[in-house]
Amino acid sequence: MIGIVGYGSYLPRFRIRADDIARQWGRDPETVKRGLLLKEKTVPGPDEDTITISVEAARNALKRADIEPGEIGSLYIGSESHPYAVKPSGTVVAEVLGITPEVHIADYEFACKAGTEAMFVAYSQVKAELVKYAMAIGADTSQGAPGDALEFSASAGGSAFIFGREKVIAEVIDTYSYATDTADFWRREGAFYPLHGGRFTGAPAYFKHILGAGRAILKKSNLKPEDFKYAVFHMPNGKFPLSAGKRLGFKREQLEPGWIVPTMGNTYSGSSPTGFSATLDIAKPGDLILLVSFGSGAGSDAFIFKVTERIEQVRDRAQKVQEMLSREPIYLDYGQYAKFRGKIIMNE
Amino acid sequence: MPTPRYTREIPQRYRLEANKCKNCGRISFPPRQICPHCGGRNFERTRLSDQGKIVTFTTIRVAPTQYSSQVPYSIAIVELNEGVRITTQVVDCKPEDLGVGKPVKIVFRKMYPEGKTGIICYGYKAVLV
Repeated sequence: MIGIVGYGSYLPRFRIRADDIARQWGRDPETVKRGLLLKEKTVPGPDEDTITISVEAARNALKRADIEPGEIGSLYIGSESHPYAVKPSGTVVAEVLGITPEVHIADYEFACKAGTEAMFVAYSQVKAELVKYAMAIGADTSQGAPGDALEFSASAGGSAFIFGREKVIAEVIDTYSYATDTADFWRREGAFYPLHGGRFTGAPAYFKHILGAGRAILKKSNLKPEDFKYAVFHMPNGKFPLSAGKRLGFKREQLEPGWIVPTMGNTYSGSSPTGFSATLDIAKPGDLILLVSFGSGAGSDAFIFKVTERIEQVRDRAQKVQEMLSREPIYLDYGQYAKFRGKIIMNE
Repeated sequence: MPTPRYTREIPQRYRLEANKCKNCGRISFPPRQICPHCGGRNFERTRLSDQGKIVTFTTIRVAPTQYSSQVPYSIAIVELNEGVRITTQVVDCKPEDLGVGKPVKIVFRKMYPEGKTGIICYGYKAVLV
């Protein structure tokens, strides 16, 4: 059996409410919240970035996995906010975890699906018997231009998953990937904020790939939506994943545990992985879970997991996603948020 | 910080690795070449706990340039479970939240970037439990 041996997430404590962003830019808060189904989002502290978020998520994954960190043979981090243009995030994380130097490390980028990309490769490494355990992390401190619709959603957080053949808590039943060249969202080298194609990000991008991957993996695995206990879809806003789920034939209650975007925001590469982590937090042995990511550019990775008995033994060893979302958030006003996110031009 | 020194100090800054004297059993952090208690020169590596409590603290209102945007912030002396004391920033809280004896957890955070083009220095900080 190959699957997830340990999982863990991390979300910063800072938040900004959608109301405060809307008021800053002369938008009606109620219209924005109703349109995007977003209430607030996480904000990274001034000393947090993709590397520090990855470390904390990885530590939580290790707490749930009964393994020696040194047994991890591969470490992959997917993000679109790696702190360095040239110098890997993964080496820092591996040093903190104490798993260097006998480890294969790579940083991945594919907009919001870089996290599941890392998961796909980690799973493949274990399946190919190249390593005993492989860790995959999806984490971001997402960027959104001031005043842009993305500013209501772009948030910070991430999740880590350790894949292996022993002590599995969620078996990988099937995988499927779907990708085309679609210019729906991008950020050029050196540009501070991403740009997007507005309404073009919907039907030809998000829905085409999510539905394409979702329908294909259901067909490939010969399973129907009603066979699943839960499903998680990438969450660029509140509406898109609900709509995608409905179009694939899933009911709202199947999506609810992983639909954390209204209070977390879109953690980009950490979005669907953290929704999946929140779902594992409450899943029961035998439950089937569908996970479908989406990354602009564009593509989707789909996974089907079956939860094992072992999950009951390990899930309380680390903080759960809902606990992180509800633990005394520290709310920022727009000025503090702009300072935290480096949106204010300072003297050298 | 020069990058060779930063790289050499990774074990202590990233993983809280300390030296335990094989002669008297005392722990030195940061690791030392000679035990300050017995003069011993033989050590074993040990990793310190990520749990501790605040021994004392202060609030920084006039900060070095790299931290000027974070004022007011707190610096504390934290005693880890092994009895080792470290000086560290306490983050994700207001200065008035701190108190002597309050439990803290050690987390991995960015210390500061070296200007706009230099390396990013990482290390340990504390958060209230």
